[in-house]
Amino acid sequence: MRPKNAEIVEIVPETPTVRTLRFDLAFDPVPGQYLMVWVRGFDEVPMSISYKDGITVQLVGEATRAIFELEVGDGLGLRGPLGNGFSLLGDSILLVGGGVGAAPLALLGEAAEERGIEVTTILGVRGCDDLIFTERFRRIGELVITTDDGSLGICGRASAGLSCLDLQEFHQIYLCGPEPMMADVIGRCRGMETKIQASIDRYFKCGMGICGSCSIDPSGIRPCVEGPVIRADELVGTEFGRYKRGPSGRKKGW
Amino acid sequence: MESPVMLAAGILGTTGASLRRAALSGAGAVVTKSVGVAERDGHRGPTVVQVEGGLLNAMGLPNPSYRSFQEEIDIGREGKAPVIASIFGSTPSEFGEVATGLDADGFELNLSCPHAERFGAEVGCEACNVEEITRAVKVSVSVPVWVKLTPNVADITALGLAAQRGGADGVVAINTLKAMAIDVESCRPILGNRFGGLSGPAIKPVAVKSVYDLAGSLDIPIIGVGGISRWEDAAEMIMAGASGIQVGTALGSPEGYDIFRSISEGLAIYLDRKGMTLEELVGAARRFS
Repeated sequence: MRPKNAEIVEIVPETPTVRTLRFDLAFDPVPGQYLMVWVRGFDEVPMSISYKDGITVQLVGEATRAIFELEVGDGLGLRGPLGNGFSLLGDSILLVGGGVGAAPLALLGEAAEERGIEVTTILGVRGCDDLIFTERFRRIGELVITTDDGSLGICGRASAGLSCLDLQEFHQIYLCGPEPMMADVIGRCRGMETKIQASIDRYFKCGMGICGSCSIDPSGIRPCVEGPVIRADELVGTEFGRYKRGPSGRKKGW
Repeated sequence: MESPVMLAAGILGTTGASLRRAALSGAGAVVTKSVGVAERDGHRGPTVVQVEGGLLNAMGLPNPSYRSFQEEIDIGREGKAPVIASIFGSTPSEFGEVATGLDADGFELNLSCPHAERFGAEVGCEACNVEEITRAVKVSVSVPVWVKLTPNVADITALGLAAQRGGADGVVAINTLKAMAIDVESCRPILGNRFGGLSGPAIKPVAVKSVYDLAGSLDIPIIGVGGISRWEDAAEMIMAGASGIQVGTALGSPEGYDIFRSISEGLAIYLDRKGMTLEELVGAARRFS
């Protein structure tokens, strides 16, 4: 499909470096799916969907800086929703989000709650100013907060929040956040890999499974079409948590 | 080769893992993404746009440089199919440097990418360049050398003959057709590079004609590529004169990697039904010329 023009109807600052854009069109996504967002004149970048009609963007580079310059009434070109999304399984689930990784999990948690699934969430952030969507998560279940600097909740990484929960209670665990955090959580949930779904971040160019820039070593899984949500047992023993590739295909450590 | 169906250059061949997966999925040979002397990030996005009947792309030859690519070729070889390195440069000596620097089962010279300044078709649209570059690579390596030709010229057979004079072991036709798409909302060209190359079903008849013409003029084998997604497309290309075929854009269909087997199996069933060998099918349509 060609990029579809979406007009920004609302901009919500979430933190000093994160904001949500709501559009004049809804995408009907499976939670966990993503959009290729064309910032005209700059680049096209993948963004996870945080609302049926919105994305939540962290300021990380040139394209996202250009998004931060946009105002209500401006437009972006959108392709999607793309990829596979999370699949909701079981009666009781745990969401573990790191930083802006909370965005697709909020949409997933709301879909779960609508189906009567019990939802528990761990949100891990650097400091309390980096928290997003706490109200959305509180509304649907129990929320555990961890901060690296100890400014709120449990002091430590998101995985530190696992110790106050009985992991056996959960039929499925959903992860989205920085890869070292997700790798850490998977490492602490040994034996449960088939019950963990992680949304992973790679350099997406085509978003349709042909350019190969996002392929995972050694399996050759293409996260842009066979992900971005991948079950943890398919990530164990791969490049996940060790390295990814840049735009030229060269490997980069985390 | 176990199968005449190969992975085309530029598709998925960035990593050894993808090359190996294509080989294990039934590709008879796999061609890498093009590698050159220097590392390149490629063009800004959008790098692809889906259009009526096909796909536009302007990836911009992203590659980590041949100096970082041998490992990918070696991993690709674990798939037990020949790994052909697609290489690019702007001069005969750059091509020679990249070819000498890589150990592969064959080389495919990218003289046809339509959207990278100083490379690809900008060099490969002149017959004298094609001949000289082919010769430079042929003297540097002992494995087969194929030349991938651009259709964005008046007479593709002139380029094919130049490759043959330079000593090529085969030609690959065709690369993408120059094309662009404009966003009506913003009046902007959609591709980050503004224009790019068209692939997919829309270009298949152009590819079939190119292969047919080349087969009428050349003595070396021709590999057909452009819009092949079903066994019938492959059969058509082979009847036009191709000894082998490559699949690219169709890898983006829901079938994904399974497309190699479905084309090979369909072709085998067809040959069986007709009581023909693959060799007998090559150029079968040329009898009517």
